[in-house]
Amino acid sequence: MDYRKTALLVDNLHKYFGQEEVLKGISLEACEGDVIAMVGASGSGKSTFLRCVNLLETPTSGSIYVRGELIRMKQNRNGDSVPEDLKQVERIRTRLGMVFQQFNLWSHMTVLENVIEAPVHVLKIAKKEAVERAEELLYKVGIYDRMHYHPAHLSGGQQQRVAIARALAMEPDMLLFDEPTSALDPELVGEVLQVMRDLAEEGRTMIVVTHEMGFAQEVSSRVVFLHEGSIEEDGPPWKVFKNPSSERFRQFVSKYVEN
Amino acid sequence: MDFEAIIDNLPLYLEGLWVTIQLVVLALVSGFGLAVPLALLAVSKNSFLSFPAKTYIYFFRGTPLLVQMFLLYHGLAQFEAVRESVLWIVFKEAYWCAVTAFALNTAAYTAEILRGAIEQTPFGETEAAQACGMSKFTMYRRIILPGSFRRALPAYGNEVIFMLHGSALAGVITIVDLFGAAKIVNARYFVPFESFITAGFFYLCCTFIIVWFFKWVEKHWYAHLRPRTS
Repeated sequence: MDYRKTALLVDNLHKYFGQEEVLKGISLEACEGDVIAMVGASGSGKSTFLRCVNLLETPTSGSIYVRGELIRMKQNRNGDSVPEDLKQVERIRTRLGMVFQQFNLWSHMTVLENVIEAPVHVLKIAKKEAVERAEELLYKVGIYDRMHYHPAHLSGGQQQRVAIARALAMEPDMLLFDEPTSALDPELVGEVLQVMRDLAEEGRTMIVVTHEMGFAQEVSSRVVFLHEGSIEEDGPPWKVFKNPSSERFRQFVSKYVEN
Repeated sequence: MDFEAIIDNLPLYLEGLWVTIQLVVLALVSGFGLAVPLALLAVSKNSFLSFPAKTYIYFFRGTPLLVQMFLLYHGLAQFEAVRESVLWIVFKEAYWCAVTAFALNTAAYTAEILRGAIEQTPFGETEAAQACGMSKFTMYRRIILPGSFRRALPAYGNEVIFMLHGSALAGVITIVDLFGAAKIVNARYFVPFESFITAGFFYLCCTFIIVWFFKWVEKHWYAHLRPRTS
């Protein structure tokens, strides 16, 4: 039995883009300390799922509980599902650190300013304290010596490490990674994966949408395979990679092994 | 060529220059103050908010500045209700009519420049702001507007120069600005070339200062775009 606390509970999540059903009833429970690797082909809905968790996409139906708290939704006049209380969504988002494929750093701010921005202006932490913490985080991700650079003056791998520091600066309960290495040159992937590996070893709760099978196999505590909007495989990596219950997952993995 | 009259009348030109600077600065400052809320309304998805702003912008960009100034200076005086209201304290003065017309006009152009800059905000930057729990207000104040002002800067520098040159219209409604001073000198001595080229020279100097100022701001604001030299 697993007696750890539930960090995230998603129940029967559906998402339509127009007529197209992108998520067909996804249910997922993540416990504290879980590192879930979400894998699947392009268009399988894994990024959409991740973006639904912090309401960057609005789910069409289904429930999301973050640390037991339900994100309350309501129907608007057009019958679309919308958050009932934006303040609640904003508060929950501060607990979920998000790292994007394209880094999405704020280009007019330096690295340090990017990292202290949300702690100072959302959490209202004193600037001095935020700077101290940011410096520690930047040291940890190996960008300490470039904290006064602008994002445009950094490589993709460095930018992504800054983005991870920015997410960590909020001291989130959970980290969401949306294909964090997909936009990087192959030789820069390793440095970002190493930072993520360190975070996993610290016991942080993470959901990582990724194409890095090596990361899924070695670092994750659980692999979730999505196919056309449904979960096809779900289990610990030692089990699913050796002995998958889904034929599609086996085929999917074999493509990566060949390469 | 006879520049003796010009040299004798330099104090008049300098007074005119001072009036021009006042007109332009007052118009730009209040115009910019009006342009920011206008641009924010114009980008709103709610058409009850965006329609009035877009109509305002369309009207002031769609009619000549001279016509707008005449409407305020000559047009308003026609209505007794205006002449008897408190507004008359402002609109009986040519000076304030010009400032108001310039401010309303530059506000429309500036709002349009800002609207474009706001809409060009990289989607990822607003998404990152949302994802860390920023409210809409904070996101505009900290992410969207600071980025937009930078993107708008070159176009706004142009608008400032246009405003400087447009301000010469003040000379048409009895105000002794730079152009007004040139008109007076020409009328007294009949030296049209000398009198207007002198005004042109002063406008050129002002433009030079504006261009230099915007270069300086760009240097500070565009550090994030320049290749690193050190």
